[in-house]
Amino acid sequence: MKLTLKIWRQKDANSKGSMQTYPIDGVDGDMSFLEMLDVLNDGLINQGEDPVVFDHDCREGICGACSLMINGEPHGPDRLITTCQLHMRRFNDGDTIVIEPFRAKAFPVIKDLMVDRSSFERIQHAGGYISVNTSGNTIDANAIPIEKEDADASFNAAACIGCGACVAACKNASAMLFTSAKVSQFALLPQGKVEATRRVLNMVEQMDKEGFGNCTNTGACEVECPKGISLENIARMNREYLSASLKG
Amino acid sequence: MISSSIARKVAMALSGLFLVFFLAQHFTINITSVIAPDIFNSWSHFMGTNGLVQGILQPILIFGVIYHFVMGFILEIQNRKARTVRYAQFKGGTNSSWASRNMIITGLVILAFLGLHFYDFWIPEIVHKYIETHPEDPTRYYAETVHKFESPVRVTIYVVSFILLILHLWHGFSSAFQSVGFNNKYSKGLKLFTQIFAVAIPVGFIFIALYHHFNQIPH
Ligand code: SF4
Ligand code: FES
Repeated sequence: MKLTLKIWRQKDANSKGSMQTYPIDGVDGDMSFLEMLDVLNDGLINQGEDPVVFDHDCREGICGACSLMINGEPHGPDRLITTCQLHMRRFNDGDTIVIEPFRAKAFPVIKDLMVDRSSFERIQHAGGYISVNTSGNTIDANAIPIEKEDADASFNAAACIGCGACVAACKNASAMLFTSAKVSQFALLPQGKVEATRRVLNMVEQMDKEGFGNCTNTGACEVECPKGISLENIARMNREYLSASLKG
Repeated sequence: MISSSIARKVAMALSGLFLVFFLAQHFTINITSVIAPDIFNSWSHFMGTNGLVQGILQPILIFGVIYHFVMGFILEIQNRKARTVRYAQFKGGTNSSWASRNMIITGLVILAFLGLHFYDFWIPEIVHKYIETHPEDPTRYYAETVHKFESPVRVTIYVVSFILLILHLWHGFSSAFQSVGFNNKYSKGLKLFTQIFAVAIPVGFIFIALYHHFNQIPH
């Protein structure tokens, strides 16, 4: 299959980038989207050009590194998958594919399609942890009885891989879905209760500090999230935040 | 607390819910102008002269409106700043509704309409009562209201504004519940109710405007 790729090229964080057009031939339908980019880069390297930089690691949908905006949607047109799980059979011969980095002030471009998502790390550091006694009498987590519904909801929230598609899809570049998943996974468990008040206040404060936008409930994040993180988590975080603020 | 994104979101939701409640009350009074002009006159007289309504509820309402739109602007500006480089291609339509993405546009039109509405009704009322200090005539309201809908231009502006209000409420009303943390097994039913409300109330207002336009009474 023959394709035309329109790719954002940017030398470094301080340079001004632009869209560049690259024709590509011999793309197989069974290639993943990232393999197609590998083929493009092989060609570029052979011609002595700078290959396109993009983030990737596991290539099996679990690390969240592969952050690409493909034809106006994070991770491309399919639902519940990451870019590395997208296959070229999804496209047709002769298609033009527009590839951009995830865009948000809080996700500055490092080079080409690779963005710096350490703002997510800092939100995590602000409260995404629990205190556990490790002095030799640690309680086995499996020994703590937890209601099935809560365990399931917590597990579903913990499925968030921190990819940033929610921010990329949101017209406000809001990080509420990510932050709420991280808050929810602990809020639902007894182990998370100890720091519950601080956690939500600090994580939301950090989220605001990073320059993410405000949530207006468009729901785009939930639709584009590769892990199906639900908006219920945002409602839960709003409740947690309100009750934490009242407690002071 | 009001500086955090969630606190502002909740404040937008609460002021919005208050305005929805006001809209329902306003509609209830207005619809009597079609059904029973006498009741319309007596309710309008009550609303226009009651100390509690005029001295407390009206200022709260004005504050609610101003708060909702000023905060709406502030949030919109912040949100634009959160993405400094725009996408070359952005398919918002595949993952969210037009109404949810364009609250600022529908909101601005409603705001402009409120300006006209104040000019049409509120300012003349103030002039009538406090500047020209006419003695209160409890039967004046019906004819005054009906005459306002004589102009086809004004009626057209009213109709267009109410169509945009449908879009604003379509997203805003149910969204307010999510913002205050209400998302559970009742949310589906609640959403249906909010969407029926979002269509029915503005359509009702449109009906009232058109009804009076086509059933003018002599001056
Ligand atoms: S909530 Fe979903 S879209 Fe957002 S970072 Fe987590 S996995 Fe990615
Ligand atoms: S490369 Fe790890 S999720 Fe795609």
